[in-house]
Amino acid sequence: MRRVPAPLIALAGLGLLFFLLPLAGLILRAPWDQAAAGITAPETATALELSLFCSLAATAIALVLGIPLALVLSRMTGKPRKVLRALTTLPMVLPPVVGGVALWLAFGRRGLVGSFLYQAFGLQITFTTAAAVMAETFVAMPFLVIAVEGGIRSLDPRYEEAARALGAGGWMVFARVTLPLLRPAIFSGAVLCWARALGEFGATITFAGNFPGRTQTVPVAVYVALETRPDAAIVLSLILLAVSLAILVGMRDRWLGAL
Amino acid sequence: MGSPSIVSSITFNFAGTQTLSAQLLLGAEADVFAAADSEHMKQLEVAGLTEGQSRVFAHNILEIAVPRGNPKGIHDLRDLARPGLVVVLADPSVPAGKYAKQALDRAGVKVQAASLETQVTGVLSKVAIGEADAGIVYRSDIVNNRSVDGVVIPEAENVIADYTIVVLKSARNRAGAYAFIDLVVSGAGATVLLATGFRAA
Repeated sequence: MRRVPAPLIALAGLGLLFFLLPLAGLILRAPWDQAAAGITAPETATALELSLFCSLAATAIALVLGIPLALVLSRMTGKPRKVLRALTTLPMVLPPVVGGVALWLAFGRRGLVGSFLYQAFGLQITFTTAAAVMAETFVAMPFLVIAVEGGIRSLDPRYEEAARALGAGGWMVFARVTLPLLRPAIFSGAVLCWARALGEFGATITFAGNFPGRTQTVPVAVYVALETRPDAAIVLSLILLAVSLAILVGMRDRWLGAL
Repeated sequence: MGSPSIVSSITFNFAGTQTLSAQLLLGAEADVFAAADSEHMKQLEVAGLTEGQSRVFAHNILEIAVPRGNPKGIHDLRDLARPGLVVVLADPSVPAGKYAKQALDRAGVKVQAASLETQVTGVLSKVAIGEADAGIVYRSDIVNNRSVDGVVIPEAENVIADYTIVVLKSARNRAGAYAFIDLVVSGAGATVLLATGFRAA
């Protein structure tokens, strides 16, 4: 390791302590004798399954829509780019509950698009698993877009130019040159996006509500349990923590191992 | 009205009963605690956080909240079981949800809830914004709310909620705490409570 000035090491230590202490509290105060019962409880499995499904679906949607959005953003210049960029990052600064209300106003039964869906097809999005996925996508996609856009901006344009000079079309350049070069950026963006989706609470409970097996993701279940069975809430939190760590480590090896 | 100097400056911290009692059990300090049931109050008493006996200061009953104008024509609890109707309830772990479950049981009605809200205000907002066709809330939630209408639930099916209030051992202003409770249970307090849909104790 290269030398780091002592004051910076002190600050880094303080920073590390600040987020390790709550984690230590969670682990030390956990009712380990009840952990086994918590893990095997059917409600735990239901909430965990739903959380994994929703967060992975949100990440998949964010990949399909977010990578092209990042590409367009990176090719824009001047004022339009600034405006579009601000709009894209808006969900990051919006309090999630406000995001949930905004989703209502767009996709609710009386919303801009939702009223049409409801009147024409009798379709209601709120209170469904789709609503939970949408809430998570809304809040988490900006993390992917920002990471991928940063990756595109730091690409050496000569690779794409070379491919074009050799006769590759736009789509071919994107699929065979740009995308593979972006792999690290897409990976880190997807991880950020997925983690944010997994922890999403405010927009989900506002837009999708709370129903076990349909919209009750682990963070929502933790919130419900916290007020009646705080011990169960701690166990559930630890389970989510362990599962996310396992997936993160597993995916990192698999995805980045080849690099 | 007693000594206005003591109760002239009051800091309120409003939240669902279950939230407030969880906060107190985890060590939060306050002078007075008021709850929407007696069970959470009992928990605090058992934990030794209260001073003296809690008092019932008001009663509340349930009503069915529907969007303004009652577009789905809901008239009683049985209507809530209608297929295709979007009904939102409070989670049974919070007082309003527990009472709603009791009322539905009394009426012998099984409802497929679209969501079990973690606060009664969540039920109200989902009806008010039109996402839900109906929800069960307190009468006091409806009385002064312009975006929802209330459908009365007959006494035989209804549940009467006891609202309790107590001075806490962590009180820093004990005299003020007692003066505030005296005010709440006084005739003046009852007038305010009646105007907001509660029943006097």
